Amino acid sequence: MTTTTPFHSRLIDAQLIGALPKGLQALAQRQSGTALDAGDGLPRRSFLKLAAGSGFALGAFPLVASAQGAGGAAAGGLKPTQQPAAFVRITRDGVVTVTVNRLEFGQGSHTGLAMVLAEELDADWAQVRAVHGNADAAYVDPAFGIHITGGSNALKNSYTQYRELGARTRAMLLAAAAQQWKVAPSALRTQAGVVIGPGGAKLSYGELAEAAMQLPVPEQVTLKDPKQFRLIGQPTGRLDARAKSSGGQAFGIDVRLPGLLTAVVAYPPVFGAKLQSVDDAAAKAVQGVRAVLRVPLERGAEGVAVIAEGYWAAKQGRDALKVEWNTSGVEKVDSARQLAAYRELATKPGALKYDADLSKLAGAPRKISAEFVFPYLAHAPMEPLNCTVQLTGQGANAKAELWTGTQMPGLDALAAANTLGVTPQNLKMNVQMAGGGFGRRAVPSSEYVVHACAVAKAARTAGLDAPVRTLWSREDDIKGGYYRPMHLHRAEIGFDAKGEILGWNHVIVGQSILKGSPFEAFMVQNGVDATMVEGMKEPYDVPMKLTVHHPQQNVPVLWWRSVGSTHTAYVMETLVDEIARATKQDPVAYRLKLIEGKHPRHEAALKLAVEKSGYGKKKLAAGRAWGVAVHESFNTVVAYVVEASVKDGMPKLHTVTVGVHCNLAVNPKSVEAQVQGAALMGLGMCLPGAAITLKDGVVEQSNFHDYTVARITDMPKIAVHIVPSADAPTGMGEPGLPPLAPAFANAIARLTGKTPRQLPFKLDAA
Amino acid sequence: MSTTDNVNRPADASAEEQAPKFKLFLNGKEEVFEPENTPEPDTPLLWVLREQLGLTGTKYGCGIAQCGACTVHVDDAPVRSCVIPIASIAPEQKITTIEGLSRNGTHHVQRAWQMLDVPQCGFCQSGMIMAAAALLRRNPNPSDADIDAAITNICRCGSYNRVRLAIRVASQVRTRRAPLPQDNAASKGTAQ
Repeated sequence: MTTTTPFHSRLIDAQLIGALPKGLQALAQRQSGTALDAGDGLPRRSFLKLAAGSGFALGAFPLVASAQGAGGAAAGGLKPTQQPAAFVRITRDGVVTVTVNRLEFGQGSHTGLAMVLAEELDADWAQVRAVHGNADAAYVDPAFGIHITGGSNALKNSYTQYRELGARTRAMLLAAAAQQWKVAPSALRTQAGVVIGPGGAKLSYGELAEAAMQLPVPEQVTLKDPKQFRLIGQPTGRLDARAKSSGGQAFGIDVRLPGLLTAVVAYPPVFGAKLQSVDDAAAKAVQGVRAVLRVPLERGAEGVAVIAEGYWAAKQGRDALKVEWNTSGVEKVDSARQLAAYRELATKPGALKYDADLSKLAGAPRKISAEFVFPYLAHAPMEPLNCTVQLTGQGANAKAELWTGTQMPGLDALAAANTLGVTPQNLKMNVQMAGGGFGRRAVPSSEYVVHACAVAKAARTAGLDAPVRTLWSREDDIKGGYYRPMHLHRAEIGFDAKGEILGWNHVIVGQSILKGSPFEAFMVQNGVDATMVEGMKEPYDVPMKLTVHHPQQNVPVLWWRSVGSTHTAYVMETLVDEIARATKQDPVAYRLKLIEGKHPRHEAALKLAVEKSGYGKKKLAAGRAWGVAVHESFNTVVAYVVEASVKDGMPKLHTVTVGVHCNLAVNPKSVEAQVQGAALMGLGMCLPGAAITLKDGVVEQSNFHDYTVARITDMPKIAVHIVPSADAPTGMGEPGLPPLAPAFANAIARLTGKTPRQLPFKLDAA
Repeated sequence: MSTTDNVNRPADASAEEQAPKFKLFLNGKEEVFEPENTPEPDTPLLWVLREQLGLTGTKYGCGIAQCGACTVHVDDAPVRSCVIPIASIAPEQKITTIEGLSRNGTHHVQRAWQMLDVPQCGFCQSGMIMAAAALLRRNPNPSDADIDAAITNICRCGSYNRVRLAIRVASQVRTRRAPLPQDNAASKGTAQ
């Protein structure tokens, strides 16, 4: 191989850690996954410098699987999602570039799926890179058949896919080596990017790649026994950690094109309001403003785009607009009125999700009657929404190219083509690294991409022949809708002195996320949106009647990290805890009794968290109490045992011990980071100010000063423990979120005697 | 830093050719702006860095000095560049962005960041690193309480515990200069 000296960061990390004081050593070792003895383990991360001139790609695996092209099977009976050509590129210097079919927005899929492929390929991890796929057919989710990063599905649905891709590529490299050496492939083995032949002869993958590409793609491949894994299961550093620590990582917002213009749009103050009139004289006078254009928005609204040579001029221009809006034809949602209306609706049964015999409810010896309220929540990803659009050509030759961080590039590409009036074949979607998303970049209506396309189209019509980036200000983001819907739950529960639940009548009120979307057909059934009720009743086999109301409201709503479980886990886990307390039972023992023998993964996760926390054994500091919750979402179970206190009416979360059951943890470091992040977001839902409210149709919050997100001072100590398993992995992007808030609430209930039934917490109103 | 009278006098239409050119002292180099490229006086430093000078490592997150994604150093102190009008910066004031913190990401804070895998989505991390570097300059051995008081930046991914740990690690290793890894071209994040 033509390379410079490989440099493994593990060695450096070990040197650095060795110099630390003892107390920090253990922490740093654990976090970096670095043993002080660097040993012969796999290198954690590559810092291989490409030798000058060796960056030339063989094109060894040309992209054959284009959505616009064949669409069918090119090699044997393999689908586009199964063909190495679209996923693996090996250059002569041995660098393996893996194309990942998911948006990377912090969750670590690029590192995780590259690890999975590299495992079966027997690649040298130090030589592995990851890049984004685009809207081609090869990059759909193999289970869903659409391009989607969501539902915590990357490793769950693409684990076997990426293993097979790695194994197929390896088989082709082996076959190429066998031809060269004139031996049977079975006489060869592979190790860290090298094929080893008779007598210890070696050929690197880089040397073999060109010949390998000429060979047939095998349909059947044998995968490793998990016992043979050398990479999967190892705490592995992110492939992008270095770029993201140097300022060198480009995100969608950083796209730079010659002549790029920036658009900022004046949106109506009430969703869907009409534009009455606009006086743009002052806006046009702003230095750098190139055009002020009316653009169609969704819900039949219209906005005013100010297009300028940069964001600041565009924003100054927009702020200088004098716009009159006509809000007469649209509903003006008001949070106080909405709450009253939801409360009224909850007294009546709605569409049926679960039925149960409630005959024992009325006469039950003990009862709980509870109402829960959850507000709208904005996702507020750190990178504000943006989408850059370049239009070229005319008529049938009109072409478009887009750059954006999106969780659904296929759907967005189609919506963009439709908006722009170009054929899908003539539209190129470049998926960009994104600064967070949490669901906000998976919009069934493709709202932000469509708006950016409407702006670009208007700009071109107005004679501006330049790429246009539409950029949302933070205020546009916070006020722009697509929130986690507001919900109200009403529960009537009857139980006996032993805590046996005799009847549970439950009503939920909240907007449907998916009604009217392409997902409605298979995710809304009998008038019940599955994304609203997920997590209800689970895992407790209780006699629950559950009905729902989906009122129409003039507020766009969307899935928000862990979706329905953001509220259902809270309701289930605080109510179960309350029954345990009311019947003087230990909340852990009570839960274990309810799920005994039926939910081994819940049991394992909960027991692990309990054991590691010292729950029931350790004496807590004065003023602190334990809180417990366990919840499954996206096929992963997370259990929390927390320590919290309340001082002067202010609750504080101190420590969090976590038991996770995600089957095989492909990258334990990533699992830990996902749980910590999700826990913090779950905690964020509890903090004062974590709510979007509306007055007379207008969103009252606008930026981080009045829409609370968790800060470093809120961050508790979080210890993550993973239940060992070799089963195919389940999701990790979301499942850490749901049980955090109820665990915290249960600790508060132990301290104050009252369970907070409203998020964010309002203790006096509990 | 001084935000008082402008010492730098950009874009003054009446000033003709003799007027001194607008200058910034950025990442160890003087940047001289020709009159036609001189930013409007109220333009925040952030947008001059990002859109005029192409230094996109400094991020826009809120525009009101709340989130810290735009943190840079002016005379070694952390400032939120989204609210600093360009005209308030004197030509001799030393501006440092993430790109200028070190060559090749070798600053001790960056090394700790890489080692401990601090970034997730990474969007806030340039600002985090700049805030951390400024803290360590002022307080070489901060406690967690010192860190909490100084790091008011927002991270939505929840990297805060690794931020704390990395700052403590960086404070311990800053005097050691082990050879540093070369650049890893992986995951540049651009599409194909």
